[in-house]
Amino acid sequence: MSATDPSAKDPMAAKPVPLVTADTRAFWDACAEGVLTYQRCAACGHVQFPPRPFCTECRAAGPVTERSAGLGAIHSFTIVHRAPTPAFKADTPYALALVDFDEGFRLMVNLRGCPPSDARIGLRVRVLFEPLAGGGALPQVRPLVE
Amino acid sequence: MTPVISGVADTAVGRLDGSGCMALHAEAASAALADAGLRADEVDGVLCAYSLAEPHLMLSSVFNEYFGISPSYSAAVQAGGATACALVMQAAALVRAGICRNVLAVCADNRLTGLGRNGAVAALAEVGHPQFERPYGMSIPAAYALVARRCMFERGVTAEHLAAISVTQRGHARRHPKAQARDPLTMEQALSARMIADPLRLFDCCLVSDGGAALVISAADVAADRTDHAVSILGYGQMNTHEHAFAMPSLTDFGCRQSAAQAFAMAGLTPADIDVAEIYDSFTITLLAELESIGFFPKGEAGPAILDGALELDGVLPCNTHGGLLSYGHSGAAGGMFHIVEAVRQLRGEAEARQVAGAETAFVHGDGGILSAHCSLILGRA
Repeated sequence: MSATDPSAKDPMAAKPVPLVTADTRAFWDACAEGVLTYQRCAACGHVQFPPRPFCTECRAAGPVTERSAGLGAIHSFTIVHRAPTPAFKADTPYALALVDFDEGFRLMVNLRGCPPSDARIGLRVRVLFEPLAGGGALPQVRPLVE
Repeated sequence: MTPVISGVADTAVGRLDGSGCMALHAEAASAALADAGLRADEVDGVLCAYSLAEPHLMLSSVFNEYFGISPSYSAAVQAGGATACALVMQAAALVRAGICRNVLAVCADNRLTGLGRNGAVAALAEVGHPQFERPYGMSIPAAYALVARRCMFERGVTAEHLAAISVTQRGHARRHPKAQARDPLTMEQALSARMIADPLRLFDCCLVSDGGAALVISAADVAADRTDHAVSILGYGQMNTHEHAFAMPSLTDFGCRQSAAQAFAMAGLTPADIDVAEIYDSFTITLLAELESIGFFPKGEAGPAILDGALELDGVLPCNTHGGLLSYGHSGAAGGMFHIVEAVRQLRGEAEARQVAGAETAFVHGDGGILSAHCSLILGRA
């Protein structure tokens, strides 16, 4: 953490950045390249997220990393009016959603590219990547315009 | 040896200026031991939870040292809102196995004065996944709002159903002299309160409190010797389905279904046999979803029943008769323990202005995380 990092003084002043682990480094590296990935078990076909070195269904080692088309639908959403920390206060109200991607995995994201009030269960969305302070990118979604 | 609840106690709850986490633990523990007719040196098992205001890696050891006891068995359990019920389940197993004769289960935190409301909201948000939730600004109310929105979509839950829960429980709290929130609350106030995470408004969310509670779980022969008010532990069960909001297997059906089914099977009872229920209510939607998952009401019918008065003291299922986390108070793991203390008081006929007439069986449920960890208890008048 550098001296100019505002979070060095107050951990609540900056938005948390993903704490990358050995399990997730490949996922975040792909995000930095604008690619959303997930895992599929070569043995049983089970789709899982987040990445880990085994299949949670059949326990086989080494699920395969696959590239998602980045299309999905909102399973549920909320519009956050009361931020969890001061870092998110300027963003309120913002839409937080669980999105089911077409390949069969779920991500929590913010809905971008429209007013939060446009959020609907079932709304079709497409992934986008927001640059993160300090490098990398965070997957988000916006409404899919067919 | 059959385990029973031989003693219960709670401290004051709310804003307790000058309170400390360990002092609240000790106050609750001393009072519960007195209620059980036991000396501190007769405790051979101690179960604690966790503290946000004064966190420590080994909270039960910190408590034992502070309280001045040296139990032969001691552990701290962390299962969020399921912790208090899980402590009873573990204590009962320890007594049943002959490992302990008197287990003290004690929970307390000084969240309100130690962290403040903003600090507590921020500290709780840290349970979000560090990579896949926290960077998106997920608060705990937001996670439960995702559940509420989906329940509205699938089950026809309405804002009025949720408001009826907070209004009903405020009515109960107004009959409890120790409750933190005792101002009158109307449906109109609840439905127009400021939005926290749509569709959850201010009164859909639990309080932030200082306070503590303690229970003593003893072998039945010890309790018979020392008290005349032991309460039977008829059944218990647990289920653990996930931890994080994005990993919920369902947003409308939860592990309380299985934990309650285990408890009912063990007790040889059904939901229709329950006289009073004390069910975790971190948010109004928590209670509503659990009432349907457990089977107290068919899918989609809890909301209309609650609007019709089902959870009132003379309703079909008097529920959260102390006011619950929404109006009585919520100081961490002790919040879930207040539900157990209230169930015991109802079964002992000590609930005064909020007594459910003739209460002989009580169902208690706690859930932690985002409806992740579940523990159910069924208690009975001895």
